[in-house]
Amino acid sequence: MAFISSGYDPSKPMENRITDIGPRKYDEFYPPVIANNKGKWLYHEILQPGVLVHVSETGDEVYTVRAGGARLMSVTLIREICEIADKHCDGYVRWTTRNNIEFMVDSKDKVQPLIDDLESRKFDAGSFKFPVGGTGAGITNIVHTQGWIHCHTPATDASGPVKATMDVLFDDFKNMRMPANVRVSLACCLNMCGAVHCSDIAILGYHRKPPMIDHEYLDKMCEIPLAIASCPTAAIKPKKVEFNGQTLNSVEVNNSRCMFCGNCYTMCPCLPLSDKEGDGIVLMVGGKVSNRISEPKFSKVAVAFLPNDAPRWPQTTDKIKKIVEVYAADARKYERVGEWAERIGWERFFEKCELEFTHHLIDDFRDPAYYTWRQSTQFKF
Amino acid sequence: MAKHKTPLLDQLESGPWPSFVSDMKQEAEARAKNVNNVEYQIPVDVVEDLLGVLELSFDDGTTHWKHGGIVGVFGYGGGVIGRYCDQPEKFPGVAHFHTIRVAQPSGKFYKTEFLRQLCDLWDFRGSGLTNMHGSTGDIIWLGTTTPQIEEIFYELTHNLNQDLGGSGSNLRTPADCIGQARCEYACYDTQDLCYQLTLDYQDELHRPAFPYKFKFKFDGCPNGCVASIARADMSFIGTWKDEIRIDQDAVGGYVSGDLKPNAGAHSGRDWGAFNIEKEVINLCPTECMRYENGKLEINNRECTRCMHCINVMPRALRPGVQTGCSILVGAKAPILDGAQMGSLLVPFVEVNKESGYEEVKAVIEAIWDYWMEEGKNRERLGELMKRRGFQSLLEAVGIDPIPQHVSEPRHNPYIFWKEDEVEGGWERDVTEYRKHHQR
Repeated sequence: MAFISSGYDPSKPMENRITDIGPRKYDEFYPPVIANNKGKWLYHEILQPGVLVHVSETGDEVYTVRAGGARLMSVTLIREICEIADKHCDGYVRWTTRNNIEFMVDSKDKVQPLIDDLESRKFDAGSFKFPVGGTGAGITNIVHTQGWIHCHTPATDASGPVKATMDVLFDDFKNMRMPANVRVSLACCLNMCGAVHCSDIAILGYHRKPPMIDHEYLDKMCEIPLAIASCPTAAIKPKKVEFNGQTLNSVEVNNSRCMFCGNCYTMCPCLPLSDKEGDGIVLMVGGKVSNRISEPKFSKVAVAFLPNDAPRWPQTTDKIKKIVEVYAADARKYERVGEWAERIGWERFFEKCELEFTHHLIDDFRDPAYYTWRQSTQFKF
Repeated sequence: MAKHKTPLLDQLESGPWPSFVSDMKQEAEARAKNVNNVEYQIPVDVVEDLLGVLELSFDDGTTHWKHGGIVGVFGYGGGVIGRYCDQPEKFPGVAHFHTIRVAQPSGKFYKTEFLRQLCDLWDFRGSGLTNMHGSTGDIIWLGTTTPQIEEIFYELTHNLNQDLGGSGSNLRTPADCIGQARCEYACYDTQDLCYQLTLDYQDELHRPAFPYKFKFKFDGCPNGCVASIARADMSFIGTWKDEIRIDQDAVGGYVSGDLKPNAGAHSGRDWGAFNIEKEVINLCPTECMRYENGKLEINNRECTRCMHCINVMPRALRPGVQTGCSILVGAKAPILDGAQMGSLLVPFVEVNKESGYEEVKAVIEAIWDYWMEEGKNRERLGELMKRRGFQSLLEAVGIDPIPQHVSEPRHNPYIFWKEDEVEGGWERDVTEYRKHHQR
């Protein structure tokens, strides 16, 4: 494993340096049918789950076959995607914002061979590599974060619960029987790199134990004022502590004020908070980003805590499956999960989904909390 | 024979959904076999060690990654995130395992030739594992060692004409929906606006000078497929000012059942015959439509452009032709003060390619001036807006208040009047007052 230089000379970093060139320009990568018809599309139709046709005013058509994929992807798998795209799509392919892979062809006769090829490819252990689906009033791929594979603050894994959840929801990835589209998202901590706060169903990692304090190293490794300032609830104060006969600068945490956000740990590695029993999942429901019919909505907490029962998170996936089935059976056509819950009332939502309502579900965080309490005599028994 | 036993992860290889564990195992095997004789620049068994450390997390329920250290390329403050394993003796292959963010092309369209070049580089100088794509939109390369970072940057820029994305307190890599490339709803060219602003603001993207992160996202219409209203400090959402275009014959086609409603999106269940009254007219949030004598009428002045009728009857209805975008500001995920949705700042602005988007850029730069002046360290724009009030933002960017800025007027009369708004000002003579009012 000898080091091979790219041509970069560390002693002259500015020599021939190229910077600030940005990404490659999008239109280098447009398939011809896209380049020729951009801005001219008249309408589209979903021919079957995972297959769309867009029709242009020029008369051209583009057929898209959408396949699910794990967003964690090896170069071996990307090369296989390239092979498929070369074979069927003249070497073009794209990804969606929800980690799906889209293969486009310019005539209908190319669609079925492409689908057959995608559906025939499986990993050795049996899972599909490229299941076709994820369109319309169904359940598409889950957007998610890194989790235990690559992040320092997660309260749960990401790829694991996503795989487990998509296995349970797989039939609805390949179907369009839902009253409206159902968007599922996962963020492995409250930082929400995955921004799950406006999803129909959100899986959120959450810590429940305040940070431990590594007094011996804290002043050496952290800027104490930054750690203090990072706390949204002002639960951290400076403190002098006795440690091995020395007086050290450190901090103290008012545990009863801690909201377990981990922001202090991001600023100071001597305040770790992850814990096998403490960490787990919050399930949130009823958010959306579309402006269709009703305005965008935040997700609401439906289950305050579920344990990290790796490797398949059955308690989480059971609850999700139950919510999806009750919604599918009870909501009206076009109603998103949140619109349905608001129409039937949240008291009915908890009853129908057989979810326990606990004190954790009543907002007590700052001013907006008040607006979520019921200021009316209108409620259902 | 696998280097580490992974009985828990192995259970994620069954089931129909693509298994990331199977994919990692095939990558581990490909590196071990190395049929192309790649001179791997980081440990060959890096993927095996990554599987090992992930198995440990599945077993003990906690992460084994330390904080990011300071790593990066010369002259940039972002694009590389330092990552170290907290069990380096057990998993030496991933002891140093830094993330690289590679700026994705707008719309995430690719040619396989370019993808293969990326794969070859990452195979050679990194773990061979990626995210396609990260939450913000970048191509994410998971795991390489410090000496490889400048080499990767050099090869990316010199051989692939490709730059890094954003991280840290700077402009994050902007992202867009598929837009006019393949969507009839798109009200402006999301890909071009995304690309041009990304190029114009390369300095802001690579060199942290902001109080905190800042995100742009570009949605072509109010359906919001890239979720900009929830995820971007500035959301650019396509809209139109004039009338929804109606093809009455096609409306008739939907009513008669000749055309599939919802572009076939609900075809997985028998919902019965399409009923325009029930499914379109009565679900219109502003009740601005009627269908009489075989003719659909829309009172466009009352329409709030929610997209429902267009989504249901895409062959009959199209957005108007006087198009542009609405700009909403301040969305962010929960930390610190709770989740925030974007708030409407500019109801309509032209998205004008010919002008170099100067109308849009004027708003962006006024907001950055305000945020860089007033924002505290690690304060997102949305939090600053809450702290200083929406009025303060309007004043800073020179936009007059209009009813469109609120969902309803304030609930309290605690108005912070300014002295110059009150006749005669606030300076008064108490002695003069006392001549008429005893103590």
